Amino acid sequence: MNNILNEIGIENYIFLSVLLFCIGVFGVLYRRNAIIVFMSIEIMLNAVNLLFVAFSTFHQDAEGQIFVFFSMAVAAAEVAVGLAILVSVFRNLGSIDIANLKNLKG
Amino acid sequence: MSAILISFYILSTITLASAFLTIYSRNPIHSAIYLVICMVSIVGHYLMFNAQFLAMVQLIVYAGAIMVLFLFTIMLMNLNREDEVHKPRITRLGAITVFILMSVVLVTVFINSKTIMGEYDVSGEDFQSIKTLGKVLLNDYMVPFEFASILLLVAMIGVVLLSKKEKIEKK
Repeated sequence: MNNILNEIGIENYIFLSVLLFCIGVFGVLYRRNAIIVFMSIEIMLNAVNLLFVAFSTFHQDAEGQIFVFFSMAVAAAEVAVGLAILVSVFRNLGSIDIANLKNLKG
Repeated sequence: MSAILISFYILSTITLASAFLTIYSRNPIHSAIYLVICMVSIVGHYLMFNAQFLAMVQLIVYAGAIMVLFLFTIMLMNLNREDEVHKPRITRLGAITVFILMSVVLVTVFINSKTIMGEYDVSGEDFQSIKTLGKVLLNDYMVPFEFASILLLVAMIGVVLLSKKEKIEKK
């Protein structure tokens, strides 16, 4: 399987990651449900991780995969804290519509 | 067309379609299920790269832990309703415009980048087996590895504090 990038080409992976990242950005802008916004952020993180692994194979270097490992650790922590914040927002406001969060000013 | 190319196209179609359906579907539980499909198809991409360690970690951490956390939160808050109101039309139009413009601009930027990146050559040496990754992780990246554990500990304490039910003292 070492010749996978000869068969497919790194540019196909770049296009896949770019489209996946754009779908994530679209989800953040389009939806009001805060949980879906979180899921879109996960999609963006995964797009970047996929590109890291592609270039790690491209350069035959392990450091890209190490970075993906750390980014997964940070993503896990981020999701846990974010969902806890959502739970407390839901407990106080009764919904997780992000339009409600404009009350947070000052 | 070779078998690898065909499987890449099939996997990419699954990835993009399930990512889009995550955003498009009205019910948050359906979104979570589609996101699981998206993560598992990315595991397929990692396996095609022969990145065994990351494939396993992606399957355990993303498709397992994080998605269970999402589903648990959705069910805890009883959010499986489909009565979410849309954003105003101008905002939705803006979001679609941003999506199209960003895709077009980034794809056209990367179409011509092949000459800069150079050619791919196989050195033949082992760089991504679990054994090699473990050696790199615990020799060169020892300190960041420990800091990751501290980060997870801090996140855990923070989550417990945030979601603890506070007794508000009324004056």
